[in-house]
Amino acid sequence: MVEKLRDTPKIDELMKGPWPSFVKEIKLSAKLSGRAGERANDLLGVLERSYNDKIGHWKHGGIVGVMGYGGGVIGRYNDLPEEFPKVAHFHTVRVNQPSGWFYKTDVLRKICDLWEKHGSGVTNMHGSTGDIILLGCATEDLEPVFADLTEMGFDLGGSGSDVRTPSACCGMARCEWACYDTMGACHDITQTFQDELHRPAFPYKYKFKFAGCPNDCVASVARSDMSIIGTWRDDIQMDAAAVSEYAQSGKFDMQADVVGRCPTGCMSWDGQKLAIDNRNCVKCMHCINAMPKALAPGRDRGATVLLGSKAPIVGGALLSSVMVPFLKMEPPYEDLKELAEAIWDLWGEHGKNRERVGEFIQRIGMSNFLEQIGLDPIPEMVIQPRTNPYIFFETEEEE
Amino acid sequence: MSVSEDQVAEAMYAMIKEYHGKRNLKALDLSKAMIEKFGEEECDKKFCKKAIRQLIDSGRCTYSYVGGSYIVLPPDSPDAR
Repeated sequence: MVEKLRDTPKIDELMKGPWPSFVKEIKLSAKLSGRAGERANDLLGVLERSYNDKIGHWKHGGIVGVMGYGGGVIGRYNDLPEEFPKVAHFHTVRVNQPSGWFYKTDVLRKICDLWEKHGSGVTNMHGSTGDIILLGCATEDLEPVFADLTEMGFDLGGSGSDVRTPSACCGMARCEWACYDTMGACHDITQTFQDELHRPAFPYKYKFKFAGCPNDCVASVARSDMSIIGTWRDDIQMDAAAVSEYAQSGKFDMQADVVGRCPTGCMSWDGQKLAIDNRNCVKCMHCINAMPKALAPGRDRGATVLLGSKAPIVGGALLSSVMVPFLKMEPPYEDLKELAEAIWDLWGEHGKNRERVGEFIQRIGMSNFLEQIGLDPIPEMVIQPRTNPYIFFETEEEE
Repeated sequence: MSVSEDQVAEAMYAMIKEYHGKRNLKALDLSKAMIEKFGEEECDKKFCKKAIRQLIDSGRCTYSYVGGSYIVLPPDSPDAR
């Protein structure tokens, strides 16, 4: 254990108030014995210094990782190594999480023990990528961490210009709305694309996220290059008696709170009977979420595959666009894999450095993109009406 | 294929060495160059992937992150000096 914790009057302010405090957690780690405590203590020092200087004291990147892998470790260095020697290297280790983030408690204890032994005792559970994030490893400890992790059955996740660790909602394991086995699909894709995950060969990152239904609990439509969102193509299942129960319960106004909020106005309520024009349903899930005992997704289930979203790191944020409106999601998911590989071939060949696939589509145009990957355009792909009045037809179409 | 994986790996290594300190090369830059050098019938993308893997797994080259992921010489390589 360190003899004396760093003096941190500024960041101590962040421990005040009723909310959880990361400073408090780091201070707890600083009381650990051995290197973990020393690193956490210096981490407090760097943080305090940053608040005083009003700048961050971290830089990232470079050559750091484990043998054979091009991803999974994000190099972090502080620019004051003489002042804070224990965090001169403070690398982030991304560990591929299990599908749906299910753990036995003893596994979590082992991961924590491992990180107190080799790292800083500080983690993010989970990072926005979905991985288990272990914060604060020195370069010389990376191989021992990797060896211990693999012995426990874990592997590193993705980082850099590769397939990032695919993630999935809990799907059929705990949710009645799951339209396909998100955890199974996520696991299968992860295993199939191990090479793409560990050996970066793309212009930039490529994320898969598997959501079991349009509620999209993993925010795949906004946070993944390839969003696989569960859906159905027959009618919403309805239990008329349960609908009546909801209507009579007095908990909500059927007309105002359910029917009135249908985005396409495909529902009607005559005071006794709920009618749904399923052809015009856009699967927003609002009515199903409002009356879970009365309504459920249809029985003919699969997923919509969308492409191109990203968070605003290099360019602005994008949402995904529909590529395949309905795909039966059954192992071995060959159609999905073929589509992903066709996209990678094109984007890999013509994408610019640090250009996400959504930005690539914007640059070359959706019609060119679709033609190159061999998908036919369909109405579901139209995001908005065209604003350009000049319409060009192919010569053969004119004739 | 009359071109061996070792030959492609060597050609890639020579290219990485030549560009060391001048330009960072991505996996795709190497693959494109090898396909152009040996011809697509002799050396396709999958073959190039194997050659890259050989270079990385042997420790002759390593991945680096500088805004994007690149394949570079390890800092302690004699060819990097």
